[in-house]
Amino acid sequence: MNFTAKERERFDFAVIANWIPPGERVLDLGCGDGKLLRYLRETKDVIGYGVEIDHESVLGCIRNGVDVIQIDIEGGLSGFENQSFNHVIISQALQAMHATERILCEMLRVAEEAVVSFPNFAYRANRAAIAEGHMPVSEDLPYEWYETPNVRFFTLADFETLCAKLDIEIRERRAFDEAGQAVSDDPNLNGSLAFYRLGRKA
Amino acid sequence: MSLDNSVGVVVPQRVCFNEAMALKSGAVLPGFELAFETYGTLNAARSNAVLVCHALSGGHHVAGVYADNPKDLGWWDNLVGPGKPLDTDRFFVVGVNNLGGCYGSTGPLSANPETGKRYGADFPMVTVEDWVAAQARLADHLGVDTWAAVIGGSLGGMQALEWSLQYPERIRHAMVIASAPKLSAQNIAFNEVARQAIISDPDFYGGHYAEHGVVPTSGLRLARMVGHITYLSDSQMGEKFGRQLRHGEHKFSYDVDFEIESYLRYQGDKFAGFFDANTYLITTKALDYFDPAYAYNGDLAAALARAKARFFVASFSTDWRFAPARSREIVFALLHNRRHVAYAEIDCDAGHDSFLLDDAHYHAVLRAYLENISI
Repeated sequence: MNFTAKERERFDFAVIANWIPPGERVLDLGCGDGKLLRYLRETKDVIGYGVEIDHESVLGCIRNGVDVIQIDIEGGLSGFENQSFNHVIISQALQAMHATERILCEMLRVAEEAVVSFPNFAYRANRAAIAEGHMPVSEDLPYEWYETPNVRFFTLADFETLCAKLDIEIRERRAFDEAGQAVSDDPNLNGSLAFYRLGRKA
Repeated sequence: MSLDNSVGVVVPQRVCFNEAMALKSGAVLPGFELAFETYGTLNAARSNAVLVCHALSGGHHVAGVYADNPKDLGWWDNLVGPGKPLDTDRFFVVGVNNLGGCYGSTGPLSANPETGKRYGADFPMVTVEDWVAAQARLADHLGVDTWAAVIGGSLGGMQALEWSLQYPERIRHAMVIASAPKLSAQNIAFNEVARQAIISDPDFYGGHYAEHGVVPTSGLRLARMVGHITYLSDSQMGEKFGRQLRHGEHKFSYDVDFEIESYLRYQGDKFAGFFDANTYLITTKALDYFDPAYAYNGDLAAALARAKARFFVASFSTDWRFAPARSREIVFALLHNRRHVAYAEIDCDAGHDSFLLDDAHYHAVLRAYLENISI
């Protein structure tokens, strides 16, 4: 709310970039028009590839000079070799996919670590909207129920339960409220947007 | 036809190479000529040259028209011209007729210096590798050390890929469209049907039909008809022709009943009127043999290890002749080798032929990629 869209974007990018050491090989799933990869290339000198299904977004990547591969990741990442990337990112796209478990496992097959960000359905304002009898529309869940591309609605608590079930280790977690303030107290209630750094349990 | 954004009237050129060329088959060509055209201007740094490679029936006439035949539009004119995606205000674009072709380069219609007669069936088989080696001589002739890009669709895409392997230092961008790293058994099967149609034509005379003053027209026509079926998608054929009847009723004869029959016959007749049967045979064999992974036990990733170019790869959703999965093989082999690659899978209803059309999204993608090529 205090953010312009552009500031919001930069804020997201900065949180993710903070977890990416310079010079890494990075795969960005659902990379949109490649802005995050371009940011990571410019700030972290990464070697990045994007994966995207949407035609206009692929065109945007090519315009941005970003290496992009147009495939549907709902079917998995079968062409990508084991541990061929340092980090694989899925930034605010996991909630728009059906094959949630498969993609999480595939991500940790092709990369050493995964970075996942998603909107928290259990954020205070979202709970309030439900309590008033409406599906939430917020900074991080900006769509009306009838036009949302999202197909999975979940919370930090739900996500962490799934990670435990899939033997995925949560190495770091950060949550932010709608104003972009870091949240430490009860992030499942106070966090609007969540970021996770994930790995395979040793 | 509007000539807006056209390169306008163009003049084909020829260059003669007197040095013998050893072909992949083991045969040696004592020398050869190539027919080519250029559009735009080579810059002082010689860094803006783009080679356009043709597919089965194309040639060096890529863009523009001829003064004596204003209807003879280049085969990729919708792509190449001032302000077009392959912008001749920025790039120096070269089209070439491949070795063994029938549009002016040395091929089966040329005189064999040993006999003084036309080569005909004696013209040696040439491969994609041979074509690229011949194109490299053209590059030398034009003063092009390094192509900014080599671009082609279908068999032309194979040449772009081969350039990145044979001359990795001489190509900065390989643009491989509606192509494949090798033919499938089904692809080869279609080629074999086409070849058998030609070879079994009584007017073929073992390939020496020219000496008999005839052309194996019916074989060539059949070959083209089979080819055309594979260039179009089932859905597009259905949309375009469906079961439409030529005469509004069933005629119970072997003349044209259905419109699709009329279309195929028309395409076959047109093609048989200008294309050389031996060139057709040679070209389909070049397609069949192309397989850079062959020398690497089928390991395409190993074969592409020596490529240094950045790649643009594109496929079309309804192309079943060179399906998107075939392009993805190239993409993932490049990824294995940590090469730069952009891959677009374009929604287009027109099957394999889509690469020749000016679908707005397809051309936007090409334009975007080409605009980012530094010169």
